[in-house]
Amino acid sequence: MIRAEGLTKFYDSRCVVENVSFEIADQEIVGFLGLNGAGKTTVLRMLSGILSPSSGAIEIDGHDLLSDPANLRWRIGFLPERPPVYEDMIVQQYLDFAAQLRGQSTHRVSEVTELTGLQSVRQQRIGTLSHGYRQRLGIAQAIVHDPALVVLDEPINGLDPVQIKEMRDLITRLKQRHTVLVSSHILTEISQTCDRILVLQEGKLVFNGSENELSTKMDVSAQEIVVILSGEASQISTTLDESAIVAHWKLEKNLEGAIQVRVGLKDVSSEEFASFAVNAGIGLRSMTPVKTHLESLFIRLMGTEA
Amino acid sequence: MITDSNQRPSASKAMFLIVRRELSSYFGSWGGWTLIALSLMIAGILFNTRAVGSSAKFSADVLAQFFHDTSGVVLAVAFLVSLRTTVEERKQGTLPLLLNSSLTEGEIVVSKFLGAMTVIALFCLLSGYIPALVFLRGKVSLGHIGTGYLGLLLYASSIVAIGVWASAIASGWVVAGAVAGATLALGHTFWLLARRIDGELGNVVAYLALHDKHFMSFKQGILSLKHVAFYLSITLVFLILARSGLESRRWSS
Repeated sequence: MIRAEGLTKFYDSRCVVENVSFEIADQEIVGFLGLNGAGKTTVLRMLSGILSPSSGAIEIDGHDLLSDPANLRWRIGFLPERPPVYEDMIVQQYLDFAAQLRGQSTHRVSEVTELTGLQSVRQQRIGTLSHGYRQRLGIAQAIVHDPALVVLDEPINGLDPVQIKEMRDLITRLKQRHTVLVSSHILTEISQTCDRILVLQEGKLVFNGSENELSTKMDVSAQEIVVILSGEASQISTTLDESAIVAHWKLEKNLEGAIQVRVGLKDVSSEEFASFAVNAGIGLRSMTPVKTHLESLFIRLMGTEA
Repeated sequence: MITDSNQRPSASKAMFLIVRRELSSYFGSWGGWTLIALSLMIAGILFNTRAVGSSAKFSADVLAQFFHDTSGVVLAVAFLVSLRTTVEERKQGTLPLLLNSSLTEGEIVVSKFLGAMTVIALFCLLSGYIPALVFLRGKVSLGHIGTGYLGLLLYASSIVAIGVWASAIASGWVVAGAVAGATLALGHTFWLLARRIDGELGNVVAYLALHDKHFMSFKQGILSLKHVAFYLSITLVFLILARSGLESRRWSS
């Protein structure tokens, strides 16, 4: 269990992180979102023990990171935005070095090399590796000592779509053994990888919960539905225009004897819309709630909180 | 799961790894070897032209002059080698790996210091053929040679500590070079300054001169504990400052 309580960080007199508190359960993958300059990296660096907060507390499995940093920070795996690799070293040699630096034997190196898909380059010089392999190597060094918490700062940055998919699978696999905190600008990846989301804005935590909870918070799932309505198009149009429960609607497609429309609802459930349609004599062939992408939710949240 | 039984691993192995890493970064490319080769060449030229010279000399004087001239070479090598310690890690983005290790800032600083000192020790070892020649052809004691090299190593340790400190507090090569260069320039000109200052303060300033009085006895083969203590004190002070510099980075960036 990771617990951050009232984390605050000042650079000179400028407050970059303000009173951030959250908990992360064991083997949970948590996504960390925020615009550039929101303070994500600062929080991640504080959690990894590399940066000391101005105030607040960080507990890892009940141990206070700040009162005994030397004894705890080596048990945290950290991948900074730029992987901390020595260009002149061989991959295998580097991972041995990273493991031993944290006081571990090199017995996990083979396992980690396999997990991160580095087998084919294990005898290669790091300076010759592609960006994708460097990111993997960065993750490998972060987990080679079997840490309780793995902190990944923008691990997907600069990867191509194939590499992104591989990285997503890799991060998901990490959950079997570690608690993972990952930040990314690619929100679909966070959406597909993480159990929970933390959103930081201007140094403050503005959301802590699942993507569904974020949808509920933004009142999005109840707001929009896509329906196929059968009947006279002009009658449907008039009915929707005059309805008190429809905030807005938009014709998406003309079908044979029916139309597909996207309907925005005013504080009512989709079931209530179904009753309304039937009572109004409109045939309801299908109804699908619009699942709003995390990206849209995030942008709305940023707009709401701003 | 973190438990109390998982105590911090022994630092010595991790420190050894950093020292080894430092050495492989020096000697993994031509840079380190070129520096050593050039330094040896300069030490050899200075020995032939200044220490031996063209006039007849006592071998003890030749040896003293050798240690005096070689201290200048050691100054340059120690300066160059120590500057890269933390600055290079920062440039490569590898500092988080060290800061996220089982080592404290103090242990990281000491590891870097030992890595740089090993390079100096290697230079001293390779330059040993010169005093060996004096020993075989002339009349000097092994004690004189040993004391001279002890002086070189102690002098180098103070330079390296200053370089490690500058490297720990600076954001790049240029700043580190300027900070270390200014500190060393000041430390080497205190004796000049002391001449202009009367009284006790003048004595204090003269005492702080890095090379002048303190190295004199070593090059003449006289082992004086007060000079040993001086160099060790300077080394310790700057290593503590370097540790503080590295620690302060946890608060500032």
